[in-house]
Amino acid sequence: MIKLQQIVKTYNEGTDQAVPALKGVSLEIGRGEIFGVIGLSGAGKSTLIRIINMLEVPSSGSVVVDGVELTTLPESKLREMRRSIGMIFQQFNLLSSATVKENVAFPLRLDKTLGRDQIENRVSELLDMVGLGDKGDFYPAQLSGGQKQRVGIARALATNPKILLCDEATSALDPKTTSSILELLIKLRDLLNLTIVIITHQMEVIKECCDKVAVLDGGVIAEQGTVVDIFSSPRHELTARLVNSAVRKDVLDTLEHMTLITEYREGGSAVVELLFLGSSANDPVIVETAELTGASISILAGSIHHFHGEILGILVVGVAGTQEIIDKALETLRGRVYRLNFLGYEVKTPEESAT
Amino acid sequence: MSELLMSWGLERTLANNIAMLGQGTLDTLYMVLAATVISIVLGVPLGVLLLVTSKGYFWDSPRFYAVLGAVVNALRSVPFIILMVAIIPFTKMLVGTSIGTTAAIVPLTVSTIPFLGRLVETSLRTVPYGLIEAAQSMGAGPYTIIGKVLLREALPELVQNFTLTLIVIIGCSAMAGTIGGGGLGDIAIRYGYMRFQAGMMVATVLILIVMVQLAQWLGDTLARHVDHR
Ligand SMILES: Nc1ncnc2c1ncn2[C@@H]1O[C@H](COP(=O)(O)OP(=O)(O)OP(=O)(O)O)[C@@H](O)[C@H]1O
Ligand SMILES: [Mg+2]
Repeated sequence: MIKLQQIVKTYNEGTDQAVPALKGVSLEIGRGEIFGVIGLSGAGKSTLIRIINMLEVPSSGSVVVDGVELTTLPESKLREMRRSIGMIFQQFNLLSSATVKENVAFPLRLDKTLGRDQIENRVSELLDMVGLGDKGDFYPAQLSGGQKQRVGIARALATNPKILLCDEATSALDPKTTSSILELLIKLRDLLNLTIVIITHQMEVIKECCDKVAVLDGGVIAEQGTVVDIFSSPRHELTARLVNSAVRKDVLDTLEHMTLITEYREGGSAVVELLFLGSSANDPVIVETAELTGASISILAGSIHHFHGEILGILVVGVAGTQEIIDKALETLRGRVYRLNFLGYEVKTPEESAT
Repeated sequence: MSELLMSWGLERTLANNIAMLGQGTLDTLYMVLAATVISIVLGVPLGVLLLVTSKGYFWDSPRFYAVLGAVVNALRSVPFIILMVAIIPFTKMLVGTSIGTTAAIVPLTVSTIPFLGRLVETSLRTVPYGLIEAAQSMGAGPYTIIGKVLLREALPELVQNFTLTLIVIIGCSAMAGTIGGGGLGDIAIRYGYMRFQAGMMVATVLILIVMVQLAQWLGDTLARHVDHR
């Protein structure tokens, strides 16, 4: 649906203030996907999403949307094309001088073939869809942030676009409102078979509603894959940092109080992180492994994370026994969980061993 | 009019003076309103042009903006009374004479167009750029954006700008009156100053004050009415 190839964008090109915002980004986003792009401030996220509807013209590279190459399209054709790509913003960007209805009608009024009644009907249909059927005559200043973004969504979808671009659409909202907006986006994707691109710096947003994610770092894509893959086995350092702060907070807190070494010592226990995916999260893996190998396994920390459509369980366990038993237990575990990360051997502090 | 007043029992000179003030007020209103309307009709496009050719806007053109900006600044820095005399040939060319209320409209307009243009530019700049981008993302072209986004969103400020322009023109029109422009300024000079009729002087000043107050009140009310932020 969206295909970016070798996109380079340098602001103020050819001057001494040149800013390389994107340094060769390639992406492919399939129809009906919710695709997240995450990165730190200044990574080039906004630049990237604005290139998809050509609000920003890339310095080089190709942008193909729904089979059409946009970089060579003349301005008038481009304007037409933009009507099939909706966009919502962090600051909502609603007209303060217009009512909710008038805001939603804005893109419809640009189409001279539509009559008054047609526009009016479409507007009330859209407002019902986003749950604002009773707010049509309000002005944006009279709405909450979440409601404003719903108006933004209704406006963006007015022309029946196939793609919805969201630039930090939930960054100005509190966590609860964020969740409700993300739920609405998922609902609309299913209802309208939309392709949605979400730009964010919040891993929670990715976790709650994306199918796939790309990590943007300094104008290049550091890593991309399905959300579950990225969360369970981040390869890039920045990804790991983002993922850890989102799902491993408890785990990391627990580990902070332990001293871990790499070599086995008499009486030590191995500390490993087990990741469970979906249904395997319910299997009695721990008990069975303990029975099978004779290792004593204790649970140190754990958390369960619901992604949209998938469950990821994270468990940190201590496996005690002789070196041989530990090795065997780890091998058994490795075969039965989604992923096993060996963290080290725990050394008991002197006062602990004394008791 | 003075006959009518005398038939009510007013003394002749008083009746004449009141009639004269009435005529002067009408002349001033005519000058002021005509000049304001023309200033708005030409000043708003000037402000829009200044904005959209400035850096970062959709017809970004540094050289054009610099030249237009310099002309605007030059006109703004000439005191009205000097401008009025300086453009007498231009006024004559346009309306055939440089004396009278209609002739005064020309310098009034010339001096306020650049003034209003800058005000409009500044007001339009307060419209968040995100709104322009949102409109672009919906497929809107430059003219739609100017009309349906920029001018519409800045309307409360624009109303304030128009009020200010109206008040400045009231002030300048009195000045124009002193050098043959007619209206209240003319009366103040000829009777209040040259013939030492303090009453006439006070009366013209009072009428001007009332005009300015009314304009301000009207502008504030209107601006509040169109402001939904
Ligand atoms: N119009 C512009 N002119 C010059 N430089 C720009 C422009 N827009 C963005 N940049 C620069 O390009 C880089 C990427 O900016 P971009 O807005 O895409 O980042 P971002 O990932 O969206 O950041 P944030 O999370 O803060 O919104 C930054 O260094 C920024 O300063
Ligand atoms: Mg951004």
